[in-house]
Amino acid sequence: MTERYDVLVVGAGPAGLAAAQAAASHGARVGLLDAQARHGGQVWRHDVRRGAPRAARKALDALARRRVEWLPQHQIVAAGRRTLLAETPQTAVRLVFGALVLATGARELLLPFPGWTLPGVTGAGGLQALAKQGWPVAGKRVAVAGSGPLLLAAAATLRRHGAHVLGIHEQAPATAVSAFARQLWRWPARVAQAAALRATLAGVPYRFGSFVRAAHGIDALEGIDIEDAHGSRRIACDMLAVGYGLVPNVELAALLGCATDDAGTHPRVQVDRMLRTSVANIYAAGELCGVGGLAAARIEGAIAGHVAAGAIAAATDLLPARERERRFARLLARHFALDARLRALADGDTVVCRCEDVALAALDGFDDARAAKLATRCGMGACQGRVCGSALAELGRFPRGGFRPPLFPARLASLAAADLSLPDSSIPDLST
Amino acid sequence: MNGYDLIVVGAGIVGASCADEAAAAGLRVAIVEPGPIGGGATACAMGHLVAMDDDPAELALARHSLHRWEEFADLAEAEFSRCGTLWVARNEAEAAGIAQRVARLEASGGEAHAVDAQALYRLEPALAPGLCGGMLVPREAVVYPPRMALHLVRRARQRGAVLYAGRAARRLGRAAVTLDDGTVLAGPTLVATGCALPELLPQLPLRPRKGHLLITDRYPGLLHHQVLELGYADSAHGHAGSSVAFNVQPRPTGQILIGSSREFDVADPSVSAPMLQRMLQRAFDFMPALRGLRAIRAWTGFRPATPDGRPYLGAVPGRADLWVAAGHEGLGVTTALGSAQLMLDLLLGRTPAIDPAPYAPARALA
Amino acid sequence: MNAAGVVRLSVDGEPVAVPAGSSVAAAVARVTTRFRRSVRGEPRAPVCGMGVCFECRVRIDGVPHQRACITPARDGMQVNTDD
Repeated sequence: MTERYDVLVVGAGPAGLAAAQAAASHGARVGLLDAQARHGGQVWRHDVRRGAPRAARKALDALARRRVEWLPQHQIVAAGRRTLLAETPQTAVRLVFGALVLATGARELLLPFPGWTLPGVTGAGGLQALAKQGWPVAGKRVAVAGSGPLLLAAAATLRRHGAHVLGIHEQAPATAVSAFARQLWRWPARVAQAAALRATLAGVPYRFGSFVRAAHGIDALEGIDIEDAHGSRRIACDMLAVGYGLVPNVELAALLGCATDDAGTHPRVQVDRMLRTSVANIYAAGELCGVGGLAAARIEGAIAGHVAAGAIAAATDLLPARERERRFARLLARHFALDARLRALADGDTVVCRCEDVALAALDGFDDARAAKLATRCGMGACQGRVCGSALAELGRFPRGGFRPPLFPARLASLAAADLSLPDSSIPDLST
Repeated sequence: MNGYDLIVVGAGIVGASCADEAAAAGLRVAIVEPGPIGGGATACAMGHLVAMDDDPAELALARHSLHRWEEFADLAEAEFSRCGTLWVARNEAEAAGIAQRVARLEASGGEAHAVDAQALYRLEPALAPGLCGGMLVPREAVVYPPRMALHLVRRARQRGAVLYAGRAARRLGRAAVTLDDGTVLAGPTLVATGCALPELLPQLPLRPRKGHLLITDRYPGLLHHQVLELGYADSAHGHAGSSVAFNVQPRPTGQILIGSSREFDVADPSVSAPMLQRMLQRAFDFMPALRGLRAIRAWTGFRPATPDGRPYLGAVPGRADLWVAAGHEGLGVTTALGSAQLMLDLLLGRTPAIDPAPYAPARALA
Repeated sequence: MNAAGVVRLSVDGEPVAVPAGSSVAAAVARVTTRFRRSVRGEPRAPVCGMGVCFECRVRIDGVPHQRACITPARDGMQVNTDD
């Protein structure tokens, strides 16, 4: 099966939704796909109890009035020239596009520490996502830890779902967080957001310079060791939600040949000011271009959607707003920089590659991801190195690389179904 | 002084085997490898230890080598799994050739049995209906080549071999090798650089032959033997520009490794969706149950192919103290250990265990 | 989904009811803390919650290696853990 779109948008989070709407507003036939069953991405994820956030509902309403085809549960597994191969729960679809907007977002940075593989230890955004989809947290004692404002959002969701949030442990020191807060007045919407979160979290301790050193339990989590300026102490808990910020999802972009900026610890997709990638007719918006948050994602989505539909003027109008939000992102990155001690939490016996159970010590002596993989199986499993690869990059071992299809584990029938080699001349080129 | 009894250039499975064999014989050995140990064709290979019977010389080398592989049957690093090889016949014409193949394998000292259709489905219930039987080669096995190469290099080093890691050989002199950092190593030199052979020895014709492989998530119990179509040799040893053949392998992890494809004159190492598609369709023809399995990874590799399909094993004509062990195409893992023994026999002037004439590099210059 | 906004499925043979819109992961969590065993036999459960880490893989209606966290729960599903 083959479908054709003037503009195809990958990822239905805030950036993707804005891109689809912007492209469709110029009359383009737009396809909007996501691996998830619902729109919203991570930050606007639908909540089984509370529905979608108001801003998300408004974005969806705007979309409903446009010529946008919604393609849920479409996982991109391979790519060719102007063609993507998507797998759905039932079949495989070949998606041919005139222009492509990548809005694949980010995933959580998970760092290894002793006990992190125990059931009950999740990402911070991870447990938030699970709870929104009905994971039972009511009455559970949950510790939230890691870094960044996401911890507050996660804790708020968990509390609304009835969790007993024991505390929020932010690794950044108090001085850094208050310096960040002092700058916040420049972004009034953020001040309101922060105030609302604080109200929801009234009574929940918010600790700084505090991090989880280890998790304990036999078959599931029973307690954690928290370390701060006063030393280490053990607390009992049922769940630990721990995340150290976000990592751009660049895999699809890299497979398509888009250049990435590899100067930082984690690669991000390179774009020019109009959000063009290095490959013609492919644009990128939001977190995959460097983690920038919700507001930046929405603006960039709109810019990329306009440009993909050939509407440069509409996109140009949004450039100042984008710059403002990107400044906020840089502020965030500066103040929530990771403490070096977090990179030394894992000991030699700590499993780093969770798919293949490879311990950190097994990787000693390797300075190249491929050599380590060949000798130890590290990164050879189902997650294709997404978890251990990002963690090892953060630990200063070696960066992950070499993106090949299938981009995610895919049914053999899907890979055998679609011929991606045929260039398609029937698709108009809307971009300039 | 960087003087050695033997400088092995290249630490794929063939170079690693030669280095190990030489170190075991008491030689002072240097190993030069610019990339990861076993990081070339060795890393991309299926690791099937198999005797192909269509060329008597290749069969002799394989048989000798398979005996040597038994030494590693219990070595954890080898991930040796004696799954046996099951060749399947699509039709009566293919089945008709089985008796002769059984006879040839048995004459070489192997064990092989013809199996009828009923027995075929008992051995592999997931095979497509309508197949005509096949041939079971029960003692054959699979290994994990890159870890095996690493093990052999480590063992050689324990016996005194010196590894020049991250260094490439730039120039071959008279009993000397100049490395990319200017270091000069002195001594007889053995070039085992696989597809990179033309960089150092352009006089020996060699073409890279691209292949695709794909591995699934874990599905223990679905597949029991390495299963190939009897027409495999037509793809493997034919000269078509591109071809695919059904070839699946149960890994000890429960994963299934799926091949195979062959392409000449393709330099791009990226996974080709159309080639993958052809290869998978071929596999589905023989094993429809594969359709629903999940692929975790696909990759490509380049086999070093000589014009006649046999490796170059022996002295480089017209060059003193220069030796070559390269061009094993798709059988490098199977024949590495036998190749190494033959090389050392020749280097040390011992009576070779097998006739070296069919592999003599001089044939390419004739 | 039935009229009450509840989805009924089975996890390891046990009947489970979850609110409509829940993931299979949410249903499994009501029955067991262990979703799968790692290659060395350790118990594992969801981590990322968004389809990236593959720790939540379960067998759904006979098909192994499905990500429970991104699969919506549906009436009548037969889910098995510990593959």
